[in-house]
Amino acid sequence: MTKDFGADLVGPRSAFKFHRTQPTERISGSAGDVLEDDPVGRLKVFVYELPSKYNKKILQKDPRCLTHMFAAEIYMHRFLLSSPVRTLNPEEADWFYTPVYTTCDLTPNGLPLPFKSPRMMRSAIQLISSNWPYWNRTEGADHFFIEEKAIDRGILPLLQRATLVQTFGQRNHVCLKDGSVIIPPYAPPQKMQAHLIPPSTPRSIFVYFRGLFYDVGNDPEGGYYARGARASVWENFKDNPLFDISTEHPTTYYEDMQRAVFCLCPLGWAPWSPRLVEAVIFGCIPVIIADDIVLPFADAIPWEDIGVFVAEKDVPKLDTILTSIPINEILRKQRLLANPSMKQAMLFPQPAQSRDAFHQILNGLARKLPHDKNVYLNPGEKILNWTAGPVGDLKPW
Amino acid sequence: MKQLTALQQQGRRSNSFRSALSPLDAATVDGSVKSPAAIFWLVLHGLCCLISLVLGFRFSRLVFFLLFSTSSSPSTTTVYTALRTTLASSAVTSPPERNISAGERASRVVVGRHGILIRPWPHPDLSEVMQAHTIIERVQSEQKSQYGVKSPKTVIAITPTYVRTFQTLHLTGVMHSLMNVPYDLIWIVVEAGGVTNETASLISKSGLKTIHIGFEGKMPVLWEDRHKLESKMRLHALRVVREKRLDGIVMFADDSNMHNLELFNEIQKVKWIGAISVGILVHWGGSEEVELPIIERDDSEKTEKNSQVPVQGPACNSSNHLVGWHTFNSLPYVERSAKYIGDSAVVLPKKLEWAGFVLNSRLVWEDTEKPVWVKELEEVGGDGEDVESPLSLLKDSSVVEPLGSCGRKVMLWWLRVEARADSKFPPGWIIDPPLDITVPAKRTPWPDAPPDLPSSVEQVTSIQENADRRATKNRSRRKRSSRSKKKHTPKVLLDEHVSTLDLRDN
Repeated sequence: MTKDFGADLVGPRSAFKFHRTQPTERISGSAGDVLEDDPVGRLKVFVYELPSKYNKKILQKDPRCLTHMFAAEIYMHRFLLSSPVRTLNPEEADWFYTPVYTTCDLTPNGLPLPFKSPRMMRSAIQLISSNWPYWNRTEGADHFFIEEKAIDRGILPLLQRATLVQTFGQRNHVCLKDGSVIIPPYAPPQKMQAHLIPPSTPRSIFVYFRGLFYDVGNDPEGGYYARGARASVWENFKDNPLFDISTEHPTTYYEDMQRAVFCLCPLGWAPWSPRLVEAVIFGCIPVIIADDIVLPFADAIPWEDIGVFVAEKDVPKLDTILTSIPINEILRKQRLLANPSMKQAMLFPQPAQSRDAFHQILNGLARKLPHDKNVYLNPGEKILNWTAGPVGDLKPW
Repeated sequence: MKQLTALQQQGRRSNSFRSALSPLDAATVDGSVKSPAAIFWLVLHGLCCLISLVLGFRFSRLVFFLLFSTSSSPSTTTVYTALRTTLASSAVTSPPERNISAGERASRVVVGRHGILIRPWPHPDLSEVMQAHTIIERVQSEQKSQYGVKSPKTVIAITPTYVRTFQTLHLTGVMHSLMNVPYDLIWIVVEAGGVTNETASLISKSGLKTIHIGFEGKMPVLWEDRHKLESKMRLHALRVVREKRLDGIVMFADDSNMHNLELFNEIQKVKWIGAISVGILVHWGGSEEVELPIIERDDSEKTEKNSQVPVQGPACNSSNHLVGWHTFNSLPYVERSAKYIGDSAVVLPKKLEWAGFVLNSRLVWEDTEKPVWVKELEEVGGDGEDVESPLSLLKDSSVVEPLGSCGRKVMLWWLRVEARADSKFPPGWIIDPPLDITVPAKRTPWPDAPPDLPSSVEQVTSIQENADRRATKNRSRRKRSSRSKKKHTPKVLLDEHVSTLDLRDN
């Protein structure tokens, strides 16, 4: 046994790049080793000065917006205001950013309501197109928006040509636009930092999950929530000693994730959840059960190598699938997860640090440069239909 | 029933709804024609019952939708679409809810109700559980190699012991702790009174690398003398370490102590000499309930921590430097302390136990580079002086490294419970060959002997009085005899009863 152990380490170790004396592995996505790129100097962003009713006043009304999972739009605005990629000269800008906090409309429980955001967005676009010439120059093709909450009706028609920075979504969904930059949901970095335990604590839980299996309020019979996948996990594995799954809310949730080998990240009402971010930060291999999900920074991060993807129809065989993964694969995934640049790319730290999610967003935008020549419209040419969409959206905000 | 009444109420409330659905408008409006209307009501009720049986709550949902949507934009198309979606969803649900076959599957994910997939035998498969455990083990060993101690040193455990009643009990505890240590281990067992087969057979079961040495002199009965002899035995073991030039970390594993396995990870950090915190579990002998003096201790006590369990070990200031020692304050216990082994009183530890210290074995080597503050082993304990703790090996005790986050973590527990020194027990606790003649012991009455009831009661009371009056009693034997006493009195009664019955039958 010890012999195998030694032989295992000799081979791959020579190919490792050492970070702080931990053997980790280089992360190469389809775009190359781009997690470590520095966006400064590669692009310039101009931030529109919108009246505070679009951003500051909304935040003042509900400060909870700073901690819920769509808080990225607020932090992104703050980051861009003081970042070296910002330029005050719009003529030399590659990208234009409109700071409007559309998801900061929360229920008393803290869940976001999507009803006002189309009107808010439309009103903001009307403002920038009338006060600055840059929108009409390209009909928004070199503008980007942080449009996080998936609206079932689809993307606002006015944003057809713009780039959306979205929390990760679902392929072939009306809400997901091609060419979007997908970002992880916001998870509070200080809170996770405070719950770190020493890495020598042995991982003794095989599979870990905490969350709902049946959404009793909205879908009492099951079958709609999570497309039945979470209910299937519960019914198949509730008495399996390897699966530590329940609906409790323990105070040691983060610590437990650091003691687990696999963390389930099944879909809920939406295919994504902050669990993925938490699993990556705590070094637990994510088991993603969501068909057709699009994961954040998919061109920079090789999610296939890091996580385990299980089709929803294969959920009854989950234990067979997980135990039949070869041990070398598992160790390799853990090494990839231990890479600090991987963890940094998922976080929105305050203040921004190098290689964090803010920089990855800018890297993604930089990778889309230079803009195509046909993006620039001839004067007088119009592509967008300003009156498209449901009548309710056309009301001024 | 509820649905029926609800439907009836709906029926009465909204005539418009019924007129939209039913083709027989005229018949309902005309109230004079009673019997066809009544029949019509019955038929409609029956129809509604049937529909609601099939659709369940969806029927009422459909009804409410139609009722309240008439306010905004009534149109037959909306009614038809509503009906269609209801029927479509009902068709999906009419097969049993938990179906084994899969839902729709294509590259596009379909919105709608999916079945909950459950496999036929939703219970763990044992071979997979075993495989999962091998995976976990492998992950943990990988973690250890990455984050644990890089070059682990051999642990040299020194245990003084002697053959006595409960030696097996004490030694097995230590043995199992040492067997679980993940590092290389050498176990030096020093036995008072010379090497015996019993101890040797016990130690050999561990499978560890052991050095079993004997020490001249029987273990004395008084606790004071016992502590002195144990110190001498430990020094003797250190001499062995020096002669054999054993390399590693020396720790003192007394056979009544309880070790946390994290202790062995922690002591790997020691450079020359380290100190750890030892929790003292003070045990009260005797059957009386004694209120622990810890609770009634004066709060102005400065030498002890304000915890229920006293702890011996290093004391640090805020910058984690060693500034002093927490020692055991034996003043509250002095009157009640045990004098000799087997005493049913509290056994007190020394001020600083040997077990709370760990040394780098090179400190006791000769002809090797050592720090200036350590004395040679020959100088220490030579003239019969009492070596109380390894601090006597040092000229300057401030170089001791505090371990376990500066003594805050207690990984070692001290407790001394011993049976009476002259208690009789069969060697190895095995009676071999089995006894063919059994003789009642002096104080244990033979079970089948029918003593008179009053005399047996007397015997019981006399025994209890003896227990109260005389503090010194063989605890194990008394326990056995008192237990058997209590059991036997009802049994004796029964026997008597049976025998009288027999007489009567005869």
